[in-house]
Amino acid sequence: MSLLVVDGLWKRFGGIEAVRGCSFAVPQGRITGLIGPNGSGKTTVFNLITALLKPDAGEVRFRGRLLTTLRPEQAFALGIGRTFQVARIFPRLTVLENVLVPMRRLGVRALSAPAAAGSTQRKALDLLHFVALADHAGETAGNLSYGQRKLLELATVLMGDPDLILLDEPAGGVNPGLLERIEARVRDLNQQGRTFLIVEHNMGTVMRLCHHIVVLHRGTRIAEGDPPAIRRDPAVLEAYLGG
Amino acid sequence: MASPPARAVAWTAAGAAAAALPLVASNPATVNIGVFTLMYVGLASAWNILGGYTGYISLGNAAAFGIGAYTLGLLLNGLHVPAGFLPFAYVPLAGLVTVILTAPLGWVALRTRAATFVIVTIAEMFVVQLLASNLRGLTQGSQGLGLPVPSWGPQFFPVPYYYAMFVLAAGTVGLSAWVRRSKFGLGLLAIRDDEDKASTLGIPARTFMIAAYVISVLPVGMIGAVYAYYVTYIYPQFVVDPLIDIGMALMVFLGGMGTLAGPVVGAVILQPAQQYLAYRYGAAQLYLILYSAVFLSVLLLMPQGIVPEIGSRLQHRSGGEPAAVATPDR
Repeated sequence: MSLLVVDGLWKRFGGIEAVRGCSFAVPQGRITGLIGPNGSGKTTVFNLITALLKPDAGEVRFRGRLLTTLRPEQAFALGIGRTFQVARIFPRLTVLENVLVPMRRLGVRALSAPAAAGSTQRKALDLLHFVALADHAGETAGNLSYGQRKLLELATVLMGDPDLILLDEPAGGVNPGLLERIEARVRDLNQQGRTFLIVEHNMGTVMRLCHHIVVLHRGTRIAEGDPPAIRRDPAVLEAYLGG
Repeated sequence: MASPPARAVAWTAAGAAAAALPLVASNPATVNIGVFTLMYVGLASAWNILGGYTGYISLGNAAAFGIGAYTLGLLLNGLHVPAGFLPFAYVPLAGLVTVILTAPLGWVALRTRAATFVIVTIAEMFVVQLLASNLRGLTQGSQGLGLPVPSWGPQFFPVPYYYAMFVLAAGTVGLSAWVRRSKFGLGLLAIRDDEDKASTLGIPARTFMIAAYVISVLPVGMIGAVYAYYVTYIYPQFVVDPLIDIGMALMVFLGGMGTLAGPVVGAVILQPAQQYLAYRYGAAQLYLILYSAVFLSVLLLMPQGIVPEIGSRLQHRSGGEPAAVATPDR
């Protein structure tokens, strides 16, 4: 069953067609990789799914609900969380406050409660512990290194308990030891039922993690399948090597 | 940063000292300075809820101040409320009317960001000032609007206003503290740092900012109302006054944007300094130069504002973790 369906998406920026009739599905409970050469439209597809951009044509459905007419915060409330290619954090908040930011319930009672209530704070500290940032909880997030920012961003997204998690280059700028931890955590979360869509250039990570891979080239899908099939696919080799 | 109990003690001591001032000050002129200082403690703390927490710099809060002032004047005159303590009971109503009339202004201004937002709020403030000058049937225009004058003697006269301002200032600081600690307040701070990122974590930025705007104009309207009753005669250019806007913003810059104590510290330093310097050197216009010298020297020495600077120095001295507030961006 598909949790997310992308159907015939188009997006133009001035004269450039970044996404051209892109269609694919993200099966529920699996880890799907979205790969392709630089400029193939992967991040634009992410922005369209999370409603940061509006498509010129086509639609995205999550559990059958149309996402393309929603705002980003509504997509999050439905259960879609994402990270950014260049890690984005709240630099003037502390590390712990960063993790406490996500909010899926927007009632007056939920919003007027203290941000750092006991159980919430414990959950946030657990997540920080996992990404090895618990010792930095009280520090200003802007002081973190790039790799640490990526981990903080991941912990922050997980705080919202999304059903679908979009990771934009989780391996970028992260050392091998941390990368192993991230991969292990993604696998854990997946076994708990979370669905992932991952944009990644590190093919080792993609092949190790993903059950299913979608290949984009010049804004459209050119191949789809399991990792062994994608490795053999002549169209994929052509796109990566032939340019 | 000081520990939570130490902070609670500092707040209680400051509150007690402020509450005791009229009892120990024999000179009504001192209490008069106190009225205006508490007025700015409230105004700056209210301004900080939008400007400090979200980073959206509004220079239009004087519109709310003026609307609150005129609302109370028109209510007292229209309902023939006698002078005395009773008019204070109408202050919350003036605050409510202010919220209703300024909410659309916030809704319009918050369609823009950054510098455009600042300009739009200034423009809205001048629109309100022009309306106050030109709706003569309602406001009596530049002739000014008189309010009932209590027959208290000169010694006692400022005292009730002092305590009214005290209650409003304390209430606004309490409101600001509650916002800062709440999930809503954390959302405002997240919007300040990265609005788009915040939206991908579930924060409806515009709704949050309109809510912050409404929360911040309520005390401003009530403070404007008490001010009107205190000065007993109001004019468009003095209650919808750009200097009020600049005053509250400057006090927050001086004390520290987005901190709870910053607006209080800024107001307590700048307002008495301005009053005192105007009194001592007013005739020669020298006071404005001295006033700006106070301001410039603090900004040169503590560019992030007094409260964050002291916080980070305390932390450095204790040799603990890196300063939680000493961020490189200014």
